[in-house]
Amino acid sequence: MQNRGFSRSLKIRSDALQRVLAFGSLVIMIIFFSFASENFLTIPNINGILLAATVNGVLALGATFVIITGGIDLSVGTMMTVSAVATGIIITNWELPIWLGIIVGIVTGTSGGAFNGVLIARLKIPPFIATLGTLYIAKGLALVASGLKPIYFNDTPRFNEIAMGTIVPVLEIPNIVLIFFFVAYLAHLLLTKTTFGRYTFALGSNEEAARLSGVNVNMWKIWVYVFAGATAGLAGVLISARLNSAQPSLGMGYELEAIAAVVIGGTSLRGGEGKIIGTVIGALVISTLTNGLRVLSVPQEWQTVVTGAIVILAVYLDIVRRRREAVASARQTTGDK
Amino acid sequence: MVRNLVSMESVSKRYPGVLALDKARFDLRPGEVHALVGENGAGKSTLVKILSGIATADSGEILLEGKPLHLDGPRSAQDLGISIIHQELNLMPDLTIAQNIFIGREPRKLKFILNDSGLAAEVSKLFKQLHLELDPNRKVQGLSVAQQQMVEITKALSFNSKVLIMDEPTAALTNNEINKLFTVIRGLKAKGVGIIYISHRLEELKQISDRITVMRDGKYVDTLDTKEAAVDKIISMMVGRTLFQESPHIPSTTKQPVVLEVRNLNNGRFVKNISFKLYKGEILGFAGLVGAGRTEVLRTIFGADRLVSGEIFINNQKVEIHTPQDALKHGIGYLSEDRKQLALALSLDIEANTVLGVYKKFAKFGLTVNKKIQVAAERQVKNLSIRTPTTKQRVGNLSGGNQQKVAIGKWLTTDSRIIIFDEPTRGIDVGAKSEINKLMNDLIEQGKSIIMISSELPEILRMSHRILVMCEGRITGELLNKEANQESIMAFATMRN
Repeated sequence: MQNRGFSRSLKIRSDALQRVLAFGSLVIMIIFFSFASENFLTIPNINGILLAATVNGVLALGATFVIITGGIDLSVGTMMTVSAVATGIIITNWELPIWLGIIVGIVTGTSGGAFNGVLIARLKIPPFIATLGTLYIAKGLALVASGLKPIYFNDTPRFNEIAMGTIVPVLEIPNIVLIFFFVAYLAHLLLTKTTFGRYTFALGSNEEAARLSGVNVNMWKIWVYVFAGATAGLAGVLISARLNSAQPSLGMGYELEAIAAVVIGGTSLRGGEGKIIGTVIGALVISTLTNGLRVLSVPQEWQTVVTGAIVILAVYLDIVRRRREAVASARQTTGDK
Repeated sequence: MVRNLVSMESVSKRYPGVLALDKARFDLRPGEVHALVGENGAGKSTLVKILSGIATADSGEILLEGKPLHLDGPRSAQDLGISIIHQELNLMPDLTIAQNIFIGREPRKLKFILNDSGLAAEVSKLFKQLHLELDPNRKVQGLSVAQQQMVEITKALSFNSKVLIMDEPTAALTNNEINKLFTVIRGLKAKGVGIIYISHRLEELKQISDRITVMRDGKYVDTLDTKEAAVDKIISMMVGRTLFQESPHIPSTTKQPVVLEVRNLNNGRFVKNISFKLYKGEILGFAGLVGAGRTEVLRTIFGADRLVSGEIFINNQKVEIHTPQDALKHGIGYLSEDRKQLALALSLDIEANTVLGVYKKFAKFGLTVNKKIQVAAERQVKNLSIRTPTTKQRVGNLSGGNQQKVAIGKWLTTDSRIIIFDEPTRGIDVGAKSEINKLMNDLIEQGKSIIMISSELPEILRMSHRILVMCEGRITGELLNKEANQESIMAFATMRN
């Protein structure tokens, strides 16, 4: 009994630790950079940080679901690109309405996600391989469809407004930031308040148990990748609106940054647990770090190095935590005898 | 006469290569605990899998309360009031107790929106019926096995189950927890729930069951009233008549020097105070039921699992073995139960596998000398009559029996003097089986010593000079070949403290 109490208190401590860790490091970073440079804590710079977190953040929302199921999606970066190109073709090349371009962009990403889901759930191809394949397919399609050239939205300035305008004039926060927070809130509700969210956790926690309980695990797994594809589609619309162009060569590496945000936010790559708020903080940690180092005039190359180190640190802390939990539960099973 | 809750008649099920159920029958009355016993592979699990919708029967008739039962999956069985609690508990550790109990049928608004508000109260109500004190909002992770089992029972209760199947429910419980479980089971009985209870622990069945059905080789043997069933009788029904009467002349080996001695070995978890000796030229059989801890003991000796306390002596010299490399250095080889796990690299060829672990012996200046490796591999192929076109064949392409021979050849190449065989003939055909048994006899004639784990009693009796029987992580008996029979081994194997 004593052991059980021990493991429980340890669990609470480590859970809380992980939750506080990402947020705490964000706060510490903000305090540090504020003292280091007076340019850091200014409204334009804060908006810059938020802006930089948005596209990666939206991708990371979908990645959170995938990672909670114990899977991985490497294709979201290039899927974002192909969605951006699709939007550009509709709006600029075919001169169709903006709203249609947005829908087509999101649908493009969503169907790519469905493709992933079918490969993984029905054909039983491991997520890593399936989405690696899709990564290249999407990259190739983006280049083919765009004819290797960026598509600009110069004739439709209202498209750029969607991302960079300010609906809420106070503090001059760009719309794209508000969209990110709004979508994050929706993702949070989806994860915590719906059957879809519940089964996402169930899949990552013990897929066989879920199957034996009558949960249609294949169907829900497909939906998880569909959702990740949808966020990639949305990210494609947002990034093209923000850059006022669809860049066909962009996208590689975004998938890894999204995974980094998820992991820094405390979602375990083992599956079964994770929080949207953690992912949002994770995305902010990355953009704050990059921004702060830039404000301190650290060369861009070094910013990348630091981001890598942070990812390793975050995963290592996760492993340490798991090991402690494993020891505690092993002690419990033998201690009771 | 009470109407049967369940009746199963001449149910058959064939899996590739094995007839798991051969016209088996079983029935269950309301409010009774009906125990299902038999050796490993007797067909108990297949029977209850069919009843719980996890597998489908090839033929036969199944009635639930007199009506034909048609299931398409575990969920439809649950909806009809048939629940199964597997030995490996099937809960999702990251979800809460309440979420686990209602997985797949969560109360909802608008089809997709969860309505969790009443969930905890609902579960608390069920817990109260079972006199349990658990917080429904707690995550399953960190619950003891006994508590997890109670969660599964509560889940079954929440389906208003009429039939509850329990597969080895007490395997990981302490005596105290078992008593609590029995109280709960008696409560369910009083409510009219019929319980199918699978267990190897025959003494326990005396306490909890009303009737006992014995199965063997996929067939129904008999059903007894527990009151009239003597443990010896059940055991002899379980093992049946001995099929393999051939008894090779097994010479006594106790006059030989001791090559391996283990004193008070503990692995810090399950295995407790294991002490035994192995003599030169001896086959020492480890008998016991699956999960008795035999593999754990020998993995610990081989350095694959951590040794928490205890001493190992080889040729009367105390040795320290912390890794398989240490064991190898002291001349111990290990053929694992799962050939893929410890013994063989299936994607490599016979040559690579033969010298795996002793590359140094075949290397010059750090580079392997392929000619020497080929010669060594060809020698093993010839000695062990491994059927393969060339030594360059990938091991994964060989049959099970030939794979096992490659693994043996590997330990011969390393000059192991003590070879541990863990279920050496599981899953290979009869021909290969007898060849491997013959090989083992050849090895001891060469002065090597063998420890063999086998769950097949005939094999244990046929091969071993001496037999150690384990139950629940302890050695419960030691028998010389001439004094051992299936009954005496089973008696030790079910001897709980």
